[in-house]
Amino acid sequence: MNTRLRMITDAIVWALSSVFLLVLLATSAEAAAPLDGASAWREECSSCHIAFPPRLLPAASWQALLGGLDKHFGVDASTDPAHGAAISQYLAAHAGPATKSPAASPPLRITTQGWFVHEHDELAPSVWARPAVRSRANCSACHAGAERGQFDEDSVRIPK
Amino acid sequence: MKGILPALLLAACTAPAALAGSAAPLLAALEADASRQVGAPVSGSPSRGDTFFHTRRAEWSCSSCHTADPRQTGRHVITGKNIRPMAPAVNPDRFVDRAKTDKWFRRNCQDVLGRPCSLQEQADVVAYLASL
Repeated sequence: MNTRLRMITDAIVWALSSVFLLVLLATSAEAAAPLDGASAWREECSSCHIAFPPRLLPAASWQALLGGLDKHFGVDASTDPAHGAAISQYLAAHAGPATKSPAASPPLRITTQGWFVHEHDELAPSVWARPAVRSRANCSACHAGAERGQFDEDSVRIPK
Repeated sequence: MKGILPALLLAACTAPAALAGSAAPLLAALEADASRQVGAPVSGSPSRGDTFFHTRRAEWSCSSCHTADPRQTGRHVITGKNIRPMAPAVNPDRFVDRAKTDKWFRRNCQDVLGRPCSLQEQADVVAYLASL
């Protein structure tokens, strides 16, 4: 009986130590791991507007935007260096194709690019001015899947 | 029982952190940092925070995006995106993460005032929002 009790207590001690070690390992790994670019991008870029998918601008544009986040379309959107670096890497890796703009002046607005203007050319100015739309940057007003990067024409619902 | 009310009133006047609910630890930390910065005891004042929150500066006030009643859902003044309420009583996620609080004071003070907010001002605003 004593031997059996001993075995059970040994097993419990062993199990508890393993859990403790695993937790220790997991927390130290978390502290040391670099920031995940996708998470950093989603967290930081979706605070004031939807996190615009990286493919909607070329890499040079993202780089220029990240370089001026302290005055981002009139608002301070600056990040700490660790988040900035992680987001920069993520956007560079997933950016859209380069445009014909000179390297020194890449497009800074998604909405002024030729393809965007073309895709939206049937919309009257009054549609953009509707209270539920208000801004060309408000993709989700008409594209319900915008936050998930879905912009297909069939699912467009323009608010009255 | 009779002794409790004066004690509570005293606590309300001297230690807003004690009544700040889920924001209490963060408010206490802000007050401690502010005290160190000023070199004298500092406590957040809900009434000063109230005035600060609603005072329009060059272009905006805090309430431009967070609405005059911070228990309501706000709306970003430029993009129109909804902003969840700032008062911890209706949104307990507020003021529990110091890094997040520091980040948004840094950005929004620059936007609204064109300068960083002092720790005293931050403590006042958090004390005000936590008092709602």
